[in-house]
Amino acid sequence: MSNGMLEETQVIPLAEVEEVDLYHAHHWITKYVFCQDAKVIAIQYSATAILIGLVGLVLSWLMRLQLGFPEVFDFIDAESYYQYVTMHGMIMVIYLLTALFLGGFGNYLIPLMVGARDMVFPYMNMISYWVYLLAVIVLTVSFFVPGGASGAGWTLYPPQAISEGTPGIDGGIILMLVSLVLFIIGFTMGGLNYVVTVLQARARGMTLMRMPLTVWGIFVATILALLAFPALFVAGVMMLLDRVLGTSFFMPEMIVQGEMTSHENGSPLLFQHLFWFFGHPEVYIVALPAFGVVSDIISTHARKNIFGYRMMVWAIVAIGGLSFIVWAHHMYVSGMNPYFGFFFATTTLIIAVPTALKMYNWVLTLYKGNIHLSIPMLFCIAFILTFLNGGITGLFLGNVIVDIPLSDTMFVVAHFHMVMGIAPVLVIFAAIYHWFPKMSGRMLHEGWGQFHFWITFLGSYLIYFPMHYLGFVGVPRRYFEIGETAFVPPSAATLNEFITVMVLIVGFAQVVFMANIIISIFKGKPAGDNPWNATSLEWQTATTPPGHGNFGDELPVVYRWAYAYSMPGVEADFVPQNMPPGEVKRTDSATGPVAEDPPELHQ
Amino acid sequence: MAPQDTSTTMAEPTSLAPGFAGIAEDWSSDQRTFKNVPWGKAMMWIFLLSDTFIFSSFLVGYMKVRLSTTTPWPNPSEVFALSFGGEPIPPILIAIMTFILITSSGTMVLAVNYGYRKDKNKTALLLLITALFGASFVGMQAFEWTKLIVDEGVRPWANPMGASQFGSVFFMITGFHGFHVSVGVLFLILVARKVWRGDYDTEKRGFFTSRKGNYEIVETMGLYWHFVDLVWVFIFAFFYLW
Repeated sequence: MSNGMLEETQVIPLAEVEEVDLYHAHHWITKYVFCQDAKVIAIQYSATAILIGLVGLVLSWLMRLQLGFPEVFDFIDAESYYQYVTMHGMIMVIYLLTALFLGGFGNYLIPLMVGARDMVFPYMNMISYWVYLLAVIVLTVSFFVPGGASGAGWTLYPPQAISEGTPGIDGGIILMLVSLVLFIIGFTMGGLNYVVTVLQARARGMTLMRMPLTVWGIFVATILALLAFPALFVAGVMMLLDRVLGTSFFMPEMIVQGEMTSHENGSPLLFQHLFWFFGHPEVYIVALPAFGVVSDIISTHARKNIFGYRMMVWAIVAIGGLSFIVWAHHMYVSGMNPYFGFFFATTTLIIAVPTALKMYNWVLTLYKGNIHLSIPMLFCIAFILTFLNGGITGLFLGNVIVDIPLSDTMFVVAHFHMVMGIAPVLVIFAAIYHWFPKMSGRMLHEGWGQFHFWITFLGSYLIYFPMHYLGFVGVPRRYFEIGETAFVPPSAATLNEFITVMVLIVGFAQVVFMANIIISIFKGKPAGDNPWNATSLEWQTATTPPGHGNFGDELPVVYRWAYAYSMPGVEADFVPQNMPPGEVKRTDSATGPVAEDPPELHQ
Repeated sequence: MAPQDTSTTMAEPTSLAPGFAGIAEDWSSDQRTFKNVPWGKAMMWIFLLSDTFIFSSFLVGYMKVRLSTTTPWPNPSEVFALSFGGEPIPPILIAIMTFILITSSGTMVLAVNYGYRKDKNKTALLLLITALFGASFVGMQAFEWTKLIVDEGVRPWANPMGASQFGSVFFMITGFHGFHVSVGVLFLILVARKVWRGDYDTEKRGFFTSRKGNYEIVETMGLYWHFVDLVWVFIFAFFYLW
């Protein structure tokens, strides 16, 4: 195959693994509740993540109400404000984004896209979801214990996180840490499934270099998660011991509210290192699946193969590797050795290279493509712009000298919301609009989708662009109320009001989106098996939504990569991955074998 | 027409090409990256990689608190000494524990070997011996903990010998490792029981997973057990010899 042409007599590789026998449910409880089918687990994961994400969304409204209109809302005091900040951050980053991308899309798409019957360990996969649900419940319970939820800030920095005076130190912080530990245990069970399924359970003909980039993104992100979550696990266990047993891992000798604490000689900096050793890869645990999904959706909706597939794969792998050696750029002002900052600034800026490469490749994929401005495509284009914006402010914050004055201002808030808040959420929307027809058999309503898209996209720019400016004039983050200061002009308050109003408007658009989903499940336009004319395997299933075992009686055999769009000499503008070369309809003038994979894939 | 061989004819077990060429070939092949490796074994390797990061984080945390504390660190060869007839012998108990755990790795290897040969009686017996070694390791650890807590007054939050982090780190890390050993013992016994009953000869379906059982689980179990032993070597070196 060195010339990239698959001769028509090419022998299909024989099956190496016997057909798995799946667990067939006999009762509605094992069919819909304690279900071992990855697709049902995916929907359970997604629904739970979206529900807890809505809690996070409401918390952000409450925060913005306080910031936009200080001293107007009596029910928000300083303590509850900090609780909103903490819970909003933790919920959005871990319980929504990580769970939705890996537990939700990972479970749904990996087996379908690589041509497997199910995940390799369906039972463990099921347990993974139930432990995740338990973690979410424990987190939610912390709102209702005496003292309320933790108000330590989402990074939970000690010593303040477990010292007197911080909200929620009675029960909130304990439940938060327990919930994180549970989440990690649950995630590990799911993550092992995703990795082994990709490595060991692909269809015949499905090589790693023929996998859709969505699978590559989720695969590498899962590996990152399996290696990064251990650091958070350890930090969580140690802080739990500090809080419950009175050890001093992170707690130095200090005086709190006039009294010496019983702690001595601990190292708060150790927590920051452990936390960010997890925290930075976490950014890419969220971003890499988004990269993959965007690549696939752009290619499908522009009817053009992804530009530079190999480069895209290696960029994902390179970003994943680099993400483990940049963590201390979150700690320039922590008091660590300043020479460290130089090293971490360098590695941080190096990450811009593979990321920029992906950016160019997306744009080059769109170039001269037959672009369909469908809702998923709109969201993906919005993602490219938003991620570019967030990435460029990342260059500011990655440099020590520029970071120090900007640190702990609204600029940082604007940066990370652009890059890992709005950008991945836009991709989640794109993915839902794109794959909802496969999950439910019905299309989402186009007009409502347009409304949702424009309000969300423009609205989020109106929220976060002004926030950069607030950061430049020195408005600090995490302040309940700024009051009067010499350096913040009064116009900042007006801008804050504007941002709050925009937040509420964008929030309303999400209600429309939820309504669209619920109504479309029952009344949407029937979608058929392959509404987007896409090539990858999940669109080639016998039934929509796919049944238990995904592919009916026979597993698909893969003949080419996932980006066979608009191929010269072929009648249709797409060739499914599993269409045998002999069945591809040629245009009248074309002769010779159909080009299968591009030659570069076999070098 | 293209060949329509979608029948379920199975390929022969793949013969592995040697060297880097073979690695490249496997990674660029379809279906499986690691040829002839069962799913459970691949899963265990990846899990152990993840677990390595947990133990590494624990040990790095230990080194950091030990370096940053201003109170002197207790001398391990005094703290962990046992005296027989008045003479304190430095870490004698730990030496015995280490010896037992390493020996159990040897019996585990034998169990895996007999598992390959589907010799159910010997496999089950060797698994049980391994479990017994593991259980006695945990038992001695319980003895060591009791001695430290009751006789010497070491607590997770403080101890009479020096830096309070000594007790914190000791109980946390050896506790986490002891938990791993205990879980291993439990699973060794479960697997031994299944081997003994002949579940893997008759391919009896699992109670929870309803998957057919086979002897591959013995090797997977072995991977876990060797890992727990290997981790102990590091804990031993960093804790008792430093």
